[in-house]
Amino acid sequence: MATRTAAAPRVLSRARALVSSHEVVLLVILVAALIVLAHQTDRFLTADNLLNQGRLMAEVGLVALPMTFIIITGGIDLSVGSIMGLCAIVLGVSWQNVGLPLEAAIAVALLTGALAGAMNGWFITRVGVPPLIMTLATLALYRGLAEGISQARSVRGYPEWFFRLGQGEVLGVPTQLWILLVAIVVCAVALGYTAFGRSLYAIGHNQLAARFSGIPVDRYKLAIYTLSGLMAGLAGYIFVSRVSTTRSDMGTGLELDVIAAVVLGGTSIFGGTGTIMGTVLGVILIQLLKNGLALTGVKGDATIVVIGAVLILSILITNWARGRQEH
Amino acid sequence: MALSATRGVPRHGLASALARIFGSQEMVLFLAILTLLVVVGTINPRYVAERNLQSIFLGNAYIAVAAIGMSMVIISGNIDISVGSLIGVLATLSGTLAVSGYPVLVSWLVPLVVGALVTTLMGVLVAYLRIPAIVVTLGMLSILKGGLISLTSGAWISDLPDGYALAQMRPLGVPMPVWFMVVLTAGAALWMRYTATGRAIYAVGGNAEAARLSGISRRRTIMIVFAIHGVFVGIASVLFATQLSVIQSTVPPNLELTIITASVVGGVSILGGTGTVIGSTLAAVLLAAIGSSLIFVDISPYWLRAVQGGLILITVLADLMRRRRQMRAR
Repeated sequence: MATRTAAAPRVLSRARALVSSHEVVLLVILVAALIVLAHQTDRFLTADNLLNQGRLMAEVGLVALPMTFIIITGGIDLSVGSIMGLCAIVLGVSWQNVGLPLEAAIAVALLTGALAGAMNGWFITRVGVPPLIMTLATLALYRGLAEGISQARSVRGYPEWFFRLGQGEVLGVPTQLWILLVAIVVCAVALGYTAFGRSLYAIGHNQLAARFSGIPVDRYKLAIYTLSGLMAGLAGYIFVSRVSTTRSDMGTGLELDVIAAVVLGGTSIFGGTGTIMGTVLGVILIQLLKNGLALTGVKGDATIVVIGAVLILSILITNWARGRQEH
Repeated sequence: MALSATRGVPRHGLASALARIFGSQEMVLFLAILTLLVVVGTINPRYVAERNLQSIFLGNAYIAVAAIGMSMVIISGNIDISVGSLIGVLATLSGTLAVSGYPVLVSWLVPLVVGALVTTLMGVLVAYLRIPAIVVTLGMLSILKGGLISLTSGAWISDLPDGYALAQMRPLGVPMPVWFMVVLTAGAALWMRYTATGRAIYAVGGNAEAARLSGISRRRTIMIVFAIHGVFVGIASVLFATQLSVIQSTVPPNLELTIITASVVGGVSILGGTGTVIGSTLAAVLLAAIGSSLIFVDISPYWLRAVQGGLILITVLADLMRRRRQMRAR
């Protein structure tokens, strides 16, 4: 941990050592944001508001978890927003137009998500298409399929029980927040405490070395892209259940929100580093900034300016801190 | 030897020259455009009527112009996903200057300067502060888009002054956007092939270490690439702003995706180091021609994006296979 910049004042080097832990930087920003926002308006720091924000956060959060895995391996998945839209449309159309029971339609939608993700993974691992290109192509392809299937019709009129997931509560907490919580724990354990998790870091650091040390690189990659598609499908189901309607443009731009949250959470876009904890903090920070700024009277579009700036600044601070340590 | 088959690097001998021309992404794209015109034109002759061909070029030349800058950025091993937002901001800026009574020339040129300033800032963040381009431009996308919409609320700019409509002029009977597309593509292609800075872009994107050893400054090159990219984006925004008699001060949806797609389908490897701007311009034309063709063959335009996505996938696969064959042949 000792810095080699002996000339630098001791306090400064301590500060650097501390902020070089990205989670600490995020936590400080998060607490600062909480204090400032709570001072600005008394509608912000209330249980009702925070729980409601949790409801809105669940979709981005669910997709951000497998995205963390993918970015740790040095990959990326730009198609998640389109998969979300495709699954939403498949759900609505196979129920209303094809006539499947709604339960079956949900299953078909989730399966579609997993298949869409698996197709990304298959081309990336077997054919060797770079992830950025592959998922850029399927971003257009899956959204195109959603638009083509829906022909701009929206699906409404779902039965009452369907809304329980998106609008209901269990023990006073939004249903989807429980799902997110379980997913966070499972993913955090998988990444931090299993051979699978350590393999993802190894793949991100040096894929060839990982392959030579017997890690089933292709199988793991296929698994995480499939998981990414499945989670995007689940997020699509929750989204439809939350807003009571299905449209083909659902999830447009989701990929940017998700990647911003993951990168803000300290996962290096070059692979090899990152934690679920950081991603969760990133997701929370973005949602609280959006909500807090909106409550203090900032218009919705101006809040994404702040998010963009925070994204660049947080990486800048971490780079500065780490850079000094390494030299 | 390993480099000699890389596109953009000259090889010798007539046979290999022919093989290179017909095996090149540019020729594939050119043939694809011709095939599309012939096939769809046979099914529905109105597709190849002058009116429709012009609307294909007029409405999309600005995408080709922006794709030139984007190709340089990608060849240097970076990416810019904020380009759609930047075009929205610069087009609004240009229109606002024009209706505020500034000389037409000012409202044409200021977007170029501002565009270059914004992208140079991104270049500095990427090259000197070592933040990955995808992160910098993702942040910039949010900042530009949010800033634009919160300042203008997406209002329409109308009552543009006479003489402002650059994209509607037709010197020598050819629409101005086509002039820009052809001249800028040719100029950029020559510049990238025959100047030291142009070659340095390939070197930095292809093999950063080798580039460094041969005395090329990676940081400086990347900053220059971003600065030039900004000028192209500025030109594209002025063409975009002047093609109709009103400008909506918002960000055109999915524009960055269309521009990146043109670059990639044009043969620019997302891994950097290879590709040409001629390819990206041909790809922009092909994408536009496909988009326009659907209604002429009675396919619902709602399938457009699916067709485009499928096309990107096919192009990328074809490119990968060709590269593998070349690798094996050596």
